[in-house]
Amino acid sequence: MATTQGSTRFSLDDHNVVVIIGSGAGGGTLANELAQKGIDVVVLEAGAHNTPADFKTEEWDAFHLLSWLDPRTASGSWRVARDFPHLPAWICKTVGGTTTHWAGASLRIQPHEFKARTTYGAIDGATLLDWPVTREELDPYYDRAEKKMGVTRTNGWPGLPGNNNFKVMFAGATKVGYSRCNTGHMAINSVNRDDRSHCYQRGFCFQGCRFSAKWSTLYTELPKAQATGHMELRPHSHVARIEHDAHGKVNAVLYYDAKGKLQRQRARVVAVAGNSIETPRLLLASASSRYPNGLANSSDQVGRNYMRHTTGSVYATFENKVEMFKGTTMAGIIEDEARFDPKRGFAGGYHMETISLGLPFYAAFLNPGAWGADFAHAMDAYPYTAGMWIVGEDMPRANNRITLNHDVKDQFGLPVANVNFDDHPNDEAMREHGFKQGTAVYEAAGAKTVYRVPPYPSTHNLGTARMSARAEDGVCNRFGQTHDIANLFISDGSQFTTGAGENPTLTIVTLAIRQADYIAGQMSKREI
Amino acid sequence: MTGKTIDIALDTRAESAAPARIALTRREWLKGTGILIGTLAVSSSLAMFAPSRVWALELKHLDTHQGAVLLAMTKQLYPHKTLDDAVYALAVKDLDAKAQHDAAVRKQLADGVKALDQKAPAGDWTKQSAEAQASDVAALAGTPFFETVRGTAVVSIYSSTLAYQHFGYGASEGDGGYLFKGFNHLAWLPEPPAEDSGPVPAA
Repeated sequence: MATTQGSTRFSLDDHNVVVIIGSGAGGGTLANELAQKGIDVVVLEAGAHNTPADFKTEEWDAFHLLSWLDPRTASGSWRVARDFPHLPAWICKTVGGTTTHWAGASLRIQPHEFKARTTYGAIDGATLLDWPVTREELDPYYDRAEKKMGVTRTNGWPGLPGNNNFKVMFAGATKVGYSRCNTGHMAINSVNRDDRSHCYQRGFCFQGCRFSAKWSTLYTELPKAQATGHMELRPHSHVARIEHDAHGKVNAVLYYDAKGKLQRQRARVVAVAGNSIETPRLLLASASSRYPNGLANSSDQVGRNYMRHTTGSVYATFENKVEMFKGTTMAGIIEDEARFDPKRGFAGGYHMETISLGLPFYAAFLNPGAWGADFAHAMDAYPYTAGMWIVGEDMPRANNRITLNHDVKDQFGLPVANVNFDDHPNDEAMREHGFKQGTAVYEAAGAKTVYRVPPYPSTHNLGTARMSARAEDGVCNRFGQTHDIANLFISDGSQFTTGAGENPTLTIVTLAIRQADYIAGQMSKREI
Repeated sequence: MTGKTIDIALDTRAESAAPARIALTRREWLKGTGILIGTLAVSSSLAMFAPSRVWALELKHLDTHQGAVLLAMTKQLYPHKTLDDAVYALAVKDLDAKAQHDAAVRKQLADGVKALDQKAPAGDWTKQSAEAQASDVAALAGTPFFETVRGTAVVSIYSSTLAYQHFGYGASEGDGGYLFKGFNHLAWLPEPPAEDSGPVPAA
């Protein structure tokens, strides 16, 4: 199903529409779920309307086409601040958001991870909380999300066939005694379904799926929402501010249109889904005399508790060819280390997932800033190289936070987001463990040389407007409704109370489905 | 097939008369101040692939000597024994383009080349021994000039069709997918069991 501009138009003065800011996993899904119920929705997307025909095989071309490249700044002790001071996150500014770029891993957060504070106990320097929802409550919505997204190994859909990179991971994992390694739960069609093709193993998952086999709101939720006649998608709409009325309820959204002209869309409900950097930036930038610290920020929690998953990569070279670039990027997952087991020296768990980079990005990310004979030697071995990514739970911290940087302005003259992050000792211990285990896996498979690769700019951005049972601990309630303003919702990964050890998209989609039911109920009861 | 940085294209005028040449820039549009010319090694992995073994790069803002020094420097930064100069020349091409857009970069490159030349006994750093070049480059690490050259070269060298051929990256070859072109052809390890992998869809 192709995304089009659609024919439905809502007036700027229509004060009955739900305005959704962002068209990615959270915003795009929420838009479709509401539109299917007959609720009128305007989706404001800062990026352009690129389609699969526009996607690029060249990594740098794809990066420039899809990424959020508006200025941002980074601070703190994390290595990303040094390697990529103006690119703390690798996320997208395009219709479909980062669902164009994601690799497709779709894992449910484990029951104990929803109770992080209870399970892990108090950890110094961390602001752990239990989620105000349980896995049991979310399971019916996880079911709906998996069905919607076509997640492999659910609903009778087979796993994806493993590629060469997976074969190396599997051989090593088996030899070190891991028992939970397979081609994973992926939102990539393993069979033709939902009017979309099965995967053809191109290997350009990060650059947009030209076959539309990988789930993205770009060619699923958004066109389905448009087909109802209840959704208008406005690309090139960069939101600058959310406004409120004299009662403190939000009632309009100010945005710059494609021509750079400021527009005001009135709204009955506003849902913010700009990813965990832009969402708090917008709430903070919308400060008013009534809300001097920004919208929904009476708790002073907006922008805090920023999480980005404990990550790192392990690449290894072998005597024989691997050609990791052939086939799906995230082709296999080891789940054994995702358990809760503090005997390892850290709270929380992590996954090992295959990853591959093309030659240009392998050069850029292998060891940013490196040069010389050792680096050249690693590049020479490119086709003999296998790779995996470590993705684990990191600790929320009060000062790991998004703030407005008034010294740097974007193209509209608006203060940009600064991302401050310090690794917690728990994160460092987990990363070290992951590096060791990843090394063991590859050595068991016959590795000649193993490379520990530092974190890339963040792709999993979480927690900056978190759910909490008590209003003073967070920004929104168990439905993503802000504690302070009943008709203002958080609809992306910013809601996450803790990061858990799973790739977040499936949970973002799950929460959006559940939130749509809640918003529809509240609207019909005239509560909002 | 398109590359980020350059197009491999026959110099159209060469078809009739002169031997074919890889045009690294559109020379008819440029009034270059410098030119780098080289020949692909017979053993080069690119020789089969390129339309000609001769390549040429015209420079807009760098002179021939500056181009040659910067080329030698990028070879020290990313020393690949069998990688052709044609690929390193792409870094010089991109530095030349940056010099075109930014006077500060132009000055930085000119000053950097001058400083390198002063380290060479005859005032020509390209004549410096490989060992001396290596230590000269190492001594520059972290300087703005070094970072400009390194940061440009690491993108230029590894993001070209020539480099993909040399290093063995499929790039746009994979656009149609590897499902029937070897995505799982690795045979030096045991096959994972069916339950941990998945069925290959029928052709």
